[in-house]
Amino acid sequence: MTSRPAASEPYTTVIGLEVHVQLQTRTKLFCGCPTTFGAAPNTQVCPTCLGLPGSLPVMNRQAFALALRAALALNCRIATFTKWDRKNYFYPDLPKGYQISQYDLPFSADGWLEAADPKGAFARRVGIIRVHLEEDAGKSMHDEAAGVADSRIDLNRAGTPLCEIVTQPDLRSPQEARVWLNELKLLLVYLGVSDCNMQEGSLRVDANVNLHILRPDGSLAKTPIVEIKNMNSFRSVERALAYEASRQWEEWQATGAELGSAPKQTRGWDDPAGVTRGQRHKEESSDYRYFPEPDLVPVTVSAEQIAEVRAGMGEPPGELRARLADRWRISDYDADVLVNQGRDLVAWFEALATLTDDGKVASNWMQQDVLRTLNERGGTIAGFPVTPTAVADIIGRITRGEFDTSRGREIFAAVLETGRSVADVVAAMGIAAVGDDELESLCRELLAANPRIVADVQGGKEQAASGLIGQAKKKNPNVNPARVREKCLDLIRRG
Amino acid sequence: MTIVARSAVELVAAVRTGELSATACVEAFLGRIAAVDGHVNAFLAVSRERALEQAAAIDGRRAAGRPLGSLAGLPVAVKDALCTTDMPTTCASKMLAGYRPPYDAEVVGRLRRADAVIVGKTNMDEFAMGGSNENSAFGPVRNPWDLSRTPGGSSGGSAACVAADMAPVAIGSDTGGSIRQPAGLCGITGLKPTYGRISRRGLVAFASSLDQIGPMARSAADCALVLETIAGHDPGDATSLGDAVPGYTTLLDEPLAGLRIGRVKTHFGPGLDPAVAEGVEQAFATFEAAGATIHEVELPHADYGIPTYYLIAPCEASSNLARYDGAHYGHRAKPDGGHRAAAGNGRQHEPAAAGGFDSPLVEMYCRSRAEGFGPEVKRRIMLGTYALSAGYYDAFYAKALRVRRLIQQDYLTAFQSVDLIAGPVSPTPAFKLGEKTGDPLAMYLVDMYTVGTNLAGIGGISFPCGFTPTGLPIGLQLQGPALSEPLLLRAAHRYQQLTEWHIRRPALPA
Repeated sequence: MTSRPAASEPYTTVIGLEVHVQLQTRTKLFCGCPTTFGAAPNTQVCPTCLGLPGSLPVMNRQAFALALRAALALNCRIATFTKWDRKNYFYPDLPKGYQISQYDLPFSADGWLEAADPKGAFARRVGIIRVHLEEDAGKSMHDEAAGVADSRIDLNRAGTPLCEIVTQPDLRSPQEARVWLNELKLLLVYLGVSDCNMQEGSLRVDANVNLHILRPDGSLAKTPIVEIKNMNSFRSVERALAYEASRQWEEWQATGAELGSAPKQTRGWDDPAGVTRGQRHKEESSDYRYFPEPDLVPVTVSAEQIAEVRAGMGEPPGELRARLADRWRISDYDADVLVNQGRDLVAWFEALATLTDDGKVASNWMQQDVLRTLNERGGTIAGFPVTPTAVADIIGRITRGEFDTSRGREIFAAVLETGRSVADVVAAMGIAAVGDDELESLCRELLAANPRIVADVQGGKEQAASGLIGQAKKKNPNVNPARVREKCLDLIRRG
Repeated sequence: MTIVARSAVELVAAVRTGELSATACVEAFLGRIAAVDGHVNAFLAVSRERALEQAAAIDGRRAAGRPLGSLAGLPVAVKDALCTTDMPTTCASKMLAGYRPPYDAEVVGRLRRADAVIVGKTNMDEFAMGGSNENSAFGPVRNPWDLSRTPGGSSGGSAACVAADMAPVAIGSDTGGSIRQPAGLCGITGLKPTYGRISRRGLVAFASSLDQIGPMARSAADCALVLETIAGHDPGDATSLGDAVPGYTTLLDEPLAGLRIGRVKTHFGPGLDPAVAEGVEQAFATFEAAGATIHEVELPHADYGIPTYYLIAPCEASSNLARYDGAHYGHRAKPDGGHRAAAGNGRQHEPAAAGGFDSPLVEMYCRSRAEGFGPEVKRRIMLGTYALSAGYYDAFYAKALRVRRLIQQDYLTAFQSVDLIAGPVSPTPAFKLGEKTGDPLAMYLVDMYTVGTNLAGIGGISFPCGFTPTGLPIGLQLQGPALSEPLLLRAAHRYQQLTEWHIRRPALPA
């Protein structure tokens, strides 16, 4: 990856991410406690996740399988032998005084995930250094009301399975970081690995960032790496990185400080203020005294196990986009819009496209009608009251000339509203296909009443015929405008 | 024969036939505890009422013709390192004084389901760290054979209570010799099974890769009886073995003819008390007379056992004991008023000048641990913390793991030519209380013959093989390959059929 400064800025921003994802398991990583979010504090706990004397961990096989799925989708190499390690540190939300994690032999490493800007501005393949499994800590709640510092600990989250994904410093702008995170989230949701709900803490991002600055003499200066924490949305990741890049640029101009001149700094993102603030350096010097967890046995992973997980994985979003664009001849942009809505919506689209045998029309209906309705009404495609068959029926009738697209939309709205079939709605609205004789007599009537338009058309101004269509729809709302136009022109030509 | 002098096998049979009621049985031992434990200090808690209730319930069920468990009515004393819901579990530490676990250890559950009656919790070295029981926060246990001497440790209370007839059977735990050494010094039989043979769930961890629970009793036959109940796979302990549990009691009487016993020359080197050496040599002669053959074997890395053990065990301990921080349970230092006031002014994120603590939280941690732990526990936490620190890991912990593998290999090689290895349990008989407390290194050497078993993860048993001229028991240790418990128990049992050392009882002041 080159790091030549872009034309617009005198530096390149170099970003690596550390993402923690909570796995969607029913129970915790090393005990049978439920992982449901939002339960009353300290109600989903047992001796193991409370770290009581004598308690022992037992690995949750489902968590390991989900983590394997994520690592495979991230194109990682899976270790055939992996083990657990203890990361030792004192904190009240860590009841054992150590976190069970993976240190020198993570279960997977050396992967990548590609993300592209939907408008084609950039595409970036980001290397994954490692993916490992670990248990989450509990939550400290600090209540400093009335000047009395009071801390409460909720250990419901303690022991929840987390996947830690560490990327190479391959991202080159805050926007790239946001787009890549979106792609990662989409992938993990598609795989059923995590719900990636940032508000509930099931996806957390820390970012490492520094600048590569090209000096006038052609040499490269690198600013000290800063780790940013406390970012609660992808939007704040983007903002924090942008702020940090300009802060580092100013600092470099003022001090010229380069990478290696000071220990790595940790800064917290203050979202309302829109700034990063330095945190205490103390954590940097901490020594976690990692050593192999003696209460757990190492895990071996067989080729059969990997094949089994791979078989149950489903199509990841990247492959799905390419396939949709190719099979249904829709644009990359349209495929992206559909895939971003999730696997269920894509299935709905493909059902519609198959029934109509026209991917473009199906995609237009998805985006203009189905998605808009979903956005207005809320809810998911799984609970959508109109079926692909009904929409395909409407599209078919439009194609056959029973009515035009705008009339079709009215029918769609009525089907949505009443829950009745397309045929019923068409009948109830009195829509019937207008016969050839009926159409001809209607057109003759119109021509007789509009000698001026007839004259204009005869004089070569064919577009003047459009003036007849509105009148035709007033006389009979079921007429097809294209047929009215065609028939009128035909009658005028024949004289 | 008085009730308390009878073996566990006899007591269980007597209760089953109705010759003895469970209540009479339990009452007899409770009476003995009341009579003599004032001298011995073997118990940290005695569950008198609950034990009698359980005994009465067993008698009721028997009278109603309902089935009884395999250990019905048998009083059992449990080391205070095993969690019990009906009695505190303190590990003989101020840190856990009064701590009441919300669950029973797997072994305790198995005993209860077999209708054994847990009569009390036994004294020990704090968090099982020590070889003399002097590290108990609740006073040392005294050796029933000589009250001025140590019973050994860390399961000293369990050994002493059996030796003094306060319980027919006790449960101990052995990390580097903590069952075998006190059994040897108290003249009883103690088995350290293969690592993983018995679930560790609910055993308060000292060094997880070395800890193993085992039975302590007056005879190998009694140990076999209890082992049958407490051994077996536990899905709640990832390190527990899935192998089927053999009928240990039914395999005891096979003859020893053809048994190959290994003798390690370095076991008889400097530091071995001559009386102990003589007792052990006589035991070899006894085994030979019973049809066994004696062969010289080598354990080339045995000298590295103590340094290896005293790296691995403290490293694991430093992490296992991190949870005792005063935040969630156990001892918490009383807040220092002046400092809390400063924290209340919103200064809690700044380094506090007073006392040199970074924050009130760190101060609470430091003071709680300083007050809650005794000196030996602190020493081992510091040793382990140091050895695991960045820059030292490879030189200490990683190297110790490599030596541990060599020691394991030594045993595998030796067991290709012999079935068991015999030798002394400890280099001296019971020493005087206070004799070694000023010299931690000398104290660590009492484990020199026992730590190898734990490092290798194999089985070992110790039982009396004689007495010194001053009347102190001498212990013999047998070590066997992984899952050789049937053979270890059988060899000890055959030896006990040929000798009477295990029958002798100390005379305690009434």
